[in-house]
Amino acid sequence: MMLADQYEYREATSPQLLARFLKAIHVDSHLLAGLLAILAIGLVVLYSAGGRSEDLLMKQLVRIGAAFAALIVFAQLPPILLRRWSPWVFFAGLVMLTLVLLTGDIGKGAQRWLDLGVVRFQPSELMKLAVPMAAAWYLHDRPLPPDLPALAVLLLIVVVPTLMIAIQPDLGTALLIAASGVFVAWLAGMSARVIIFGGAAGVALAPALWYYMHDYQKQRVLTFLNPESDPLGSGYHIIQSKIAIGSGGLFGKGWLNGSQSQLEFLPEPDTDFIFAVMGEEFGLLGLLALLAVYVFVIGRGMYIAVQARDTFSRLLAGSISLTFFVYVIVNTGMVTGLLPVVGIPLPLVSYGGTSIVTLMAGFGILMSIQTHRKFLPK
Amino acid sequence: MAQALRIKEAFVEQRIFAIRTVVAGVAGGLLIAALIARLVGLQVVNYEHYSTLSQGNRIRIVPVSPTRGLIYDRDGVLLAENLPVFQLELTPEQTSDVDETLARLVEIGLVRPDDLERIHATIARSRHFDSIPLRFRLDDHEVARFAVRRQSFPGVEIRSRLARYYPLSGTAVHALGYMGAINEEDAATLDKAAYAGTSHNGKLGIERAFENILHGKVGHKQVLVNAQGRELDTYPDESALAGRNIQLTLDAHLQRAAEAALGGHTGAIVAIDPRSGDVLVFASAPTFDPNPFGEGLTADEYARISTDPDKPLFNRALRGTYPPGSTIKPLLALAGLATGTVTEQDSIWCPGFYRLPGHTHRYRDWRSHGRTDLRKAIVESCDVYFYQLARDLQIDGIHDFLAKFGLGEKTGIEIAGEAAGILPSREWKRNAFRNRADQVWFPGETIIAGIGQGYMLTSPLQLAHATAILAARGKAFRPRMVSAIENADGVLEQIEPEGLPPVQLSDDTWDTVLESMEGVLRAPTGTARGSAVGAPYRYAGKTGTAQVYSIGPDEEFDGGEVPEHLRDHALFLAFAPIDEPEIALAVLVEHGGGGSRTAAPVARAVLDAYFGVDET
Repeated sequence: MMLADQYEYREATSPQLLARFLKAIHVDSHLLAGLLAILAIGLVVLYSAGGRSEDLLMKQLVRIGAAFAALIVFAQLPPILLRRWSPWVFFAGLVMLTLVLLTGDIGKGAQRWLDLGVVRFQPSELMKLAVPMAAAWYLHDRPLPPDLPALAVLLLIVVVPTLMIAIQPDLGTALLIAASGVFVAWLAGMSARVIIFGGAAGVALAPALWYYMHDYQKQRVLTFLNPESDPLGSGYHIIQSKIAIGSGGLFGKGWLNGSQSQLEFLPEPDTDFIFAVMGEEFGLLGLLALLAVYVFVIGRGMYIAVQARDTFSRLLAGSISLTFFVYVIVNTGMVTGLLPVVGIPLPLVSYGGTSIVTLMAGFGILMSIQTHRKFLPK
Repeated sequence: MAQALRIKEAFVEQRIFAIRTVVAGVAGGLLIAALIARLVGLQVVNYEHYSTLSQGNRIRIVPVSPTRGLIYDRDGVLLAENLPVFQLELTPEQTSDVDETLARLVEIGLVRPDDLERIHATIARSRHFDSIPLRFRLDDHEVARFAVRRQSFPGVEIRSRLARYYPLSGTAVHALGYMGAINEEDAATLDKAAYAGTSHNGKLGIERAFENILHGKVGHKQVLVNAQGRELDTYPDESALAGRNIQLTLDAHLQRAAEAALGGHTGAIVAIDPRSGDVLVFASAPTFDPNPFGEGLTADEYARISTDPDKPLFNRALRGTYPPGSTIKPLLALAGLATGTVTEQDSIWCPGFYRLPGHTHRYRDWRSHGRTDLRKAIVESCDVYFYQLARDLQIDGIHDFLAKFGLGEKTGIEIAGEAAGILPSREWKRNAFRNRADQVWFPGETIIAGIGQGYMLTSPLQLAHATAILAARGKAFRPRMVSAIENADGVLEQIEPEGLPPVQLSDDTWDTVLESMEGVLRAPTGTARGSAVGAPYRYAGKTGTAQVYSIGPDEEFDGGEVPEHLRDHALFLAFAPIDEPEIALAVLVEHGGGGSRTAAPVARAVLDAYFGVDET
């Protein structure tokens, strides 16, 4: 009986200990649970999509480790500190983007990396956080909803880095960064008229944009409009991806049994098209489960935003959460043929990229906003 | 706060934020709903359709490698073509145990143990169901040996493929380059899609420089495979576009004559048509046969060729740099006349050595020439005359004038890896040395620059280029090896020669120097008169000796006693015919001793071949 009592006692307290520990290191347990679920699903699918390569899995695990380190570090930084740093981080990012453009050879393909000697670094990744931070910083002590001059400054904060990244060219990242800035403005209460006007201007500018697009980008848009026109080239991606998802049915063909992905009919199965691999092997139910976890994580992020006590934290948390949603919807939309093929990976699941570190750093900021709430003045 | 018209209101902000969040949530919910509807459409409504597409036989898209462009010489002689060869291939996915299969193939002598590492690397970077080349070229016996054992090697088969073949073997190999299996380094830089199905790429020379043109465009065929990935049938789909043919400026006949004329010496010959910059001969000796490189050399074969003391892989014509020696004298004479430093009539007394005023060091001449003017100084290659001229011109004056003839910089010929050589100047020396004391230019260094020794280094290509400019009386063209490239309609399209800024001097100046150079071959005291005897055409030239081993000022020099690897390099520049020059050439014979003794007869042999004297 004594033993059983002891057992009961331990059973009851270890979750409490864990909760206390997580609180001490400023980690939000709800968000953490959601992220761990997505990462776990990702690793299972990646093993299949990557041709059962343990090497690939190990490399991804190392990245996840680095990403968690970033998350923990960012969770320790109080929002007030982040706010003070925001303009400097933003300007540092601009300088590095300029360096990339100056040292890069834009004509021959994408140049996104900055060589800092010890590490190679993608300034556009930094900008994914720096742009919403700078936008939220700019608005934090101004009356909201923002008036037109404030919106004009906001536009500059968003458009300059977006264009610099778009001409690298990295359209996918540029899109995400533009979205993160627009979300700050939207959440701050930008008037509906401005949104409609901006949308109209965007449509008017589309032909000009087309003129400046690279051939492969034009090809992607054309292929999106009619995938069957180019079944061997760009259209092949979408056709094969649809076959993979469709043939998965309700329950899927089973792990490691997807013939589309295992026989390599599906292009880039471990990166941009990993969602199709999951659809083939785990079916509609598997995809719905993954989407549910994504929605939970985004919902938790928005909850943190609504709960936040100051303008800066609120706008930043909201923007990070909604941008994560854009990530998910653009990738899944592309893989299912709803959107054109833009090179955006499925967040936290696709293999590689430094994006996973940036994403987790963003979630670290969310956790910081949630867990430092008590210490901020109302 | 007082001056602001609007103030921050936390409550208003929070309400706006909440409303906006709800709107965003609704919009997001709609998007998710659209996505789920799409998934239901694909996975439930159209499940049968997609399942059939995926379950049944399916089409794989397999790349078809293009036929590489051919390379011709200026007369249409084929220098590089493609011949069908039998290749042994393995598809890892259709082989139960790759290592065991490879081990058995090694046992029956069809796979070389040296290749195993490369094979494993290729398997690692290939896609599923790609077939991996094990041996690039099988002979008839090997084909037969495999054919009888075929049943015991599932997943291994023999395919025919077109392989690069150089019918003239080593001829012009340093200009053409060669083809080799794509290595890790190339794989990282080549466009994976464009090289799908291609196992070789150009490694050096023309093959490398014109890779994009010669390679062609990859095609695709649709292959019907079953669910296990086994091929059932193929349909051609998008045919490959063959690489474009290239015509070179090289003259294969002359090239072979030049290589033969070097007769076992190591060295180089470059001949250029001064009227266009066309490179007629581009020889570096010894040569090597590029054909085995396509097959992949064994470690032994490679070791033999790469440790050969004569360094056949080294492109002496392009990358070798040598002191120009006395061959620089005609250019210095031009510099002297052009700047008015000397006139044709000025003369000096040559006692067989030169001393800088106030110094005791003796700069030696190869003999004493007595009273010497400019013409005599070129014809007899008097050193003292040019020591004096160099001192008067100063090193920067020499640098600026010789630079007009392209020395000290790359000529810009199409093939990569060219040496720029060194054309010294005060500024060059300041930048070339780290140590302050070494950065100072000494007067003695100017003196020896007058006879092309010291820091000055030139490649045979640069010397031929300078000679071509000299022969054309200042008209300059960028040396080139490709004269025409086939266009999309299969017609050879001529490329215009690229003119360079001309060297403008008076006719008298050119006459004086060019006539003196003819004197080198025709005058009774000319240093190369022996090699010109009986030539049915008029040509001009200049001998030169590049010192490998410095002789002390008072030591006696006897070429015969010095071991061969310390013997001087022999140089000879020439152009012909004297009135309307069509060919300008530079001959370098490594360790050949004096230019008149070994290099001048080589040049004569090349010129004889050019004018058809040898074919009578």
